Amino acid sequence: MLGDVFSYLTDGSNWSGSTGIGTFMVQQLLLTVTALLIAMVLGLPLALYLGHRHHGGTLAVNVTNVGRAVPVFAVLLVLALGPVGSEQFGPYGRAGLATLIALVLFALPPIITNAYVGVVEVDPGAVEAARGMGMNGAKVFSSVELPLAMPVVMTGVRVALVQVWATATIAALVAGPGLGRIITRGFANHRTYEVVAGAVLVALGALVLEATMALVQRYADPMRRARVSVTRSSPTAVGGPR
Amino acid sequence: MIRLSGVGKTYDDGTVAVRELDLDVRRGELVCLVGPSGCGKSTTLKMINRLIEPTSGRIEIDGQDITGEDPVRLRRNIGYVIQEVGLFPHQKILANVMTVPLLHGESKATARERALELLELVGLDPARYADRYPHQLSGGQQQRVGVARALAARPPVLLMDEPFGAVDPLVRLRLQDEFLRLQAELGVTVVFVTHDIDEAVRLGDRVAVFAAGGRLAQYDTPARLLGRPADDFVADFVGSTTGLRRLQVIPLDPAHLEPLDGVSVGDLGAAIDIDTTLGEALTVLLRDDRGMVAVKRDAQFVGVLTPNGVHRALRAALAEMATVS
Repeated sequence: MLGDVFSYLTDGSNWSGSTGIGTFMVQQLLLTVTALLIAMVLGLPLALYLGHRHHGGTLAVNVTNVGRAVPVFAVLLVLALGPVGSEQFGPYGRAGLATLIALVLFALPPIITNAYVGVVEVDPGAVEAARGMGMNGAKVFSSVELPLAMPVVMTGVRVALVQVWATATIAALVAGPGLGRIITRGFANHRTYEVVAGAVLVALGALVLEATMALVQRYADPMRRARVSVTRSSPTAVGGPR
Repeated sequence: MIRLSGVGKTYDDGTVAVRELDLDVRRGELVCLVGPSGCGKSTTLKMINRLIEPTSGRIEIDGQDITGEDPVRLRRNIGYVIQEVGLFPHQKILANVMTVPLLHGESKATARERALELLELVGLDPARYADRYPHQLSGGQQQRVGVARALAARPPVLLMDEPFGAVDPLVRLRLQDEFLRLQAELGVTVVFVTHDIDEAVRLGDRVAVFAAGGRLAQYDTPARLLGRPADDFVADFVGSTTGLRRLQVIPLDPAHLEPLDGVSVGDLGAAIDIDTTLGEALTVLLRDDRGMVAVKRDAQFVGVLTPNGVHRALRAALAEMATVS
């Protein structure tokens, strides 16, 4: 069985063509990235602003969390069968719009929760000092709150990215684009190795995305240099001049 | 310099934090606001830089009513130090201290120069500390940076909210001493909130004792506060060890010393300086377990202090208060 999976994945002809692995992978990535960007554009400004105001965030977090309770598949079906329909939607393929909407709703909770909590939990002493020394609200946000909240905010984006990537697979259930198509095709033709190969590809993709984001996050963290300089200097932190 | 007239703060739910407060602080003076928790001392402080908006009354700085001024601009000219320090953990020490000059629109070079100068002034060698991050410093060092940051733009007024409350007692004593020196050197006007009466009488030129509900119970010099508490509340608050505390605020006086004549060197313990307080003198006396301690001015001996001398000084200080009041 594993041998069949391996030979399926290493056979170049399975990767090419309009129904090949390559096309599906690009579709899935396109879906994921688009849904993530839309969710960031919708969720981040609102959540960061509410965090800055220390107000109304709990409501926003709870409302978006309703999204977590409703299965994505149900949302997708309702959208595809209902008003949005399952027509071809640009490069996103059949039922592309319905899929995108479902994925955006799915990506919002971690993004909004982490952005709000990240800003709210910034050291109140630093914020009070910043206000007390004469920074206006925008400056307090850009110089103190956002940099210090960055790691938590980025973790939300990272969680959303990996979840959306994995979940985008279900688009195939309404005959949409993406790697899920390999799995549904395998099922339909009783080719178990093809089902497993599709699952392996989704899992590997998730790992690669996770690793990429971890790297991005390390470089986007303003505290990184502070921490690096600890490790470098900790043996002499109390000692001689540097 | 700072004048509060009829200032009050009542919250929406009806809680009165400060009621009809009148308080004036002279230029270059260090005034301590002291009282039990919930007495409105921090609220009063934060109304001066309008982190809390007063609901009644006027607050003037240099004769100008600040309640109508842009709070952001106002705060840039008032130093602010808090117990939590609130250094920016993602910025190096130097960048932290440069913050306010940069807000004022100074060039990076000027701000940098000013920050280095201030680090030196608060006793942190710039060569060693400027490039560190806040968490690499001890609590006491962090608060020195906090003070340097607050003073970097040469504000005429400095507000401090229990700044030394979170450091251990020994470090606190040193920070207090250094801060007194710094304040005298810069001539900045300081309003200093503390719940510690010892700290208040040690640092303050005058001390304002707050009672619950933001009532000003007494506003006086430390010596008079300890010697002549205005009412039972103040007497209770300054506590039963008032006599010992008073020693800390009474200076030595040559009149209470006895002549050095006929005293053999063996009878003397350590020598103390005439500028020290009675309290420190008594501490040395007790520590050395001798009957007297030599007192000198610069390198010259001016006499010896005996327990009788301590007693005379205390009585004289009380008598002096009685005539003033």
